[in-house]
Amino acid sequence: MKHTLSVLLQNKPGALSRVTGLFSGRGFNIESLCVAETLDPKVSCMTLVTKGNNAIIEQVTKQLHKLIDVIKVSDISDSEYVEREMVLIRVKAEAQTRAEVLRVIDIFRGKVVDVSPNSYAVEITGPESKIKAVIDLLRPIGIKEVIRTGTIAMARAPKK
Amino acid sequence: MNYIFRTNSHIFTEKYQKQGKDYPMSKITGAQAFIQCLQEEGVDTIFGFPGGVIIDLYDELANTSIKNLLVRHEQGAVHAADGYARASGKTGVALLTSGPGATNGVTGIATAYMDSIPLVVFTGQVPRALIGNDAFQEVDIVGITRPCTKHNYLVSDPEDLVPTIREAFYLASSGRPGPILVDLPKDVIGSLVDFPERQEIRMRTYQPNMEPHPGQIAKACQAFAQAQRPVFYVGGGVILSNASEELTELAEKTQIPVTMTLMGLGGFPGTNPLSTGMLGMHGSYASNMMVAKSDLLIAVGARFDDRITGRLDKFAPDAKVIHIDIDPTSISKNVEVDIPIVADCKQALTAMNAWFNSQQDIDMTALAEQYQPWRDQVNEWNDKHPLSYTEEGDIIKPQYVIETINRLTGGDAIISTEVGQNQMWAAQFYKFNKPRHWLSSGGLGTMGFGLPAAIGAKMAFPDATVIDIAGDGSIQMNIQELATAKQYNTPVKVAILNNNYLGMVRQWQELFYDKRYAGTVMEVTPDFVELAKAYGAAGLRAKTKSDVEPVIKEALAINDRVVIMDFAIKREECVFPMVPAGGATTEMLLV
Ligand SMILES: Cc1ncc(C[n+]2csc(CCOP(=O)(O)OP(=O)(O)O)c2C)c(N)n1
Ligand SMILES: [Mg+2]
Repeated sequence: MKHTLSVLLQNKPGALSRVTGLFSGRGFNIESLCVAETLDPKVSCMTLVTKGNNAIIEQVTKQLHKLIDVIKVSDISDSEYVEREMVLIRVKAEAQTRAEVLRVIDIFRGKVVDVSPNSYAVEITGPESKIKAVIDLLRPIGIKEVIRTGTIAMARAPKK
Repeated sequence: MNYIFRTNSHIFTEKYQKQGKDYPMSKITGAQAFIQCLQEEGVDTIFGFPGGVIIDLYDELANTSIKNLLVRHEQGAVHAADGYARASGKTGVALLTSGPGATNGVTGIATAYMDSIPLVVFTGQVPRALIGNDAFQEVDIVGITRPCTKHNYLVSDPEDLVPTIREAFYLASSGRPGPILVDLPKDVIGSLVDFPERQEIRMRTYQPNMEPHPGQIAKACQAFAQAQRPVFYVGGGVILSNASEELTELAEKTQIPVTMTLMGLGGFPGTNPLSTGMLGMHGSYASNMMVAKSDLLIAVGARFDDRITGRLDKFAPDAKVIHIDIDPTSISKNVEVDIPIVADCKQALTAMNAWFNSQQDIDMTALAEQYQPWRDQVNEWNDKHPLSYTEEGDIIKPQYVIETINRLTGGDAIISTEVGQNQMWAAQFYKFNKPRHWLSSGGLGTMGFGLPAAIGAKMAFPDATVIDIAGDGSIQMNIQELATAKQYNTPVKVAILNNNYLGMVRQWQELFYDKRYAGTVMEVTPDFVELAKAYGAAGLRAKTKSDVEPVIKEALAINDRVVIMDFAIKREECVFPMVPAGGATTEMLLV
């Protein structure tokens, strides 16, 4: 099962490497990892997507929490949450495919961010499933390069 | 060439005076702050080895009353600090130089990490401006030790020096203890820093849960009444939290049999009738049988490691499991736990004793009575296969050596060990009645641990008899520390169970590799008696069984020098019982 963990940690040198070292050292898997400063510049927030059964996720969570630099770990996939990922795709755009590319990215509310004589670079944001769908549709046209940010996620505010 | 910047306090003072400025009185050098921090923590002994980047620290240390032992290898420094910590319960301190000094210490740090021993290891680092430049004797020791320290630091701002050292000591000894490494760049040591007043350390990210949850305590205690076949399974956490008395009280009150892990030995008196000794791969028959058949397993400060559980699905299959541990990651890591108690062992056991004392309607005599058939069964297992060995005329059996040391020291000596068969025989045949008398590398199994650890323990308890039970292989891994023992007058004793083999590995080859002794025959071994002399120690040899007792007596009578006893033991003796790795613990190979 896929789990999305939100980890608050001290924004200190080495903190990130403690987390990644923990995953490699203990044989846990990381599907994606995104990290940046929070409003408090001393604290970073990391969104980490990992896979495993409940026992493994419980160990992952506890082991993360045990790291001295880690402030808080929450498995936000436990409840309602929103997740987003951004992808930049450079896709072939020749005379006969251009219109098709534009149609596809329009459906997904994407944007063209760079144009060359024979390619477009497009930007698309959404949950992982949407990113996958766009890539699947553009693949037959000819994808030259894909850069993904990895998932970030936020728990939904509780409904009263 | 090792270029040394001189940056100690005198130079600073002179520099300021030359410039006609007042020496900033409130500021001290990093090296002075380092010393003051050690004094603040009550450090009386440190173990180290100097080098270019830490000369300033040595320079300042020389003017203090802190005993600063110059070891002969940095691994020895860390093991000695570790032995000091295991024996005394205080935090051990080691001081190493940058580069190779630091990397030499890594095995010692990993050893302490696996056994949760409180250490603060200081390493020197190249000046900040050179970090990352592949400078002379630069190594990223913080990166290297990240996975084998509880936490580590590179002090990159001189003003962080004092708070970092304070935090390091706090982290090392609180919660689940462990080694902390503090990397000190040379120019940080030489900078002028403030020495802020000490305040209580509060960390937002680290709040170990010491107190047990009262609901969980009640739940655990209530489970006792339902049980017919309860067992205490005791690990190193009982020693680390100084909970032996509380454990003994609870076990005696309830009359529940107790087995200990290698790390737990001494946590409960080995001669108490409720003790079945050690469990696991080389545990006693009764210990492994009773855990396998138990219906209530009360794990106290133990972590269900593979040397204890063997095949997991056959480990205590019918037992309800209570697990007391300070570290939440230990709970349900390998074995599903029914009643977890995340707390300090001492506090949890105290709460359980108090719970039983407060329950008027529970008749403790009746409870103890309820387990009588179970205790009878345990005794039957004990009688059926006690720890034993076969006598073979005048050939020295290693078990006999340990039994004799146990008898002649009254079970009161501090025993350190090396690793291998020697370690297992010591664990099986020495009856520890007190905690902190058994110093052995359990988790990492580090050959070469015993001699420096013994020196550390002797520094903590100069009047105690300290004996390293050694193998002929392991002792050679840190034998150079004999010089340290001589220089600082720490007359420890070393009992080498000499089989001219890397015996434990040979045992596996005998049992599982058709006796193909590849790489385990020690074709060349030094003459340990002559070697002892070369180091200014006494050397004694026992060739036959009748030599054993006189040699040990003579060794115990020598207190002004290190003594090495070389016992020529039966070469092909094996350690039994043995649970083959990954097998069910009920399927033991017996004598
Ligand atoms: C540093 C290190 N290297 C290798 C091993 C693997 N090992 C475990 S026991 C053992 C044999 C130790 O031989 P010796 O010290 O003579 O003890 P004996 O088993 O013969 O009593 C070895 C090589 C280890 N535990 N530690
Ligand atoms: Mg040997």
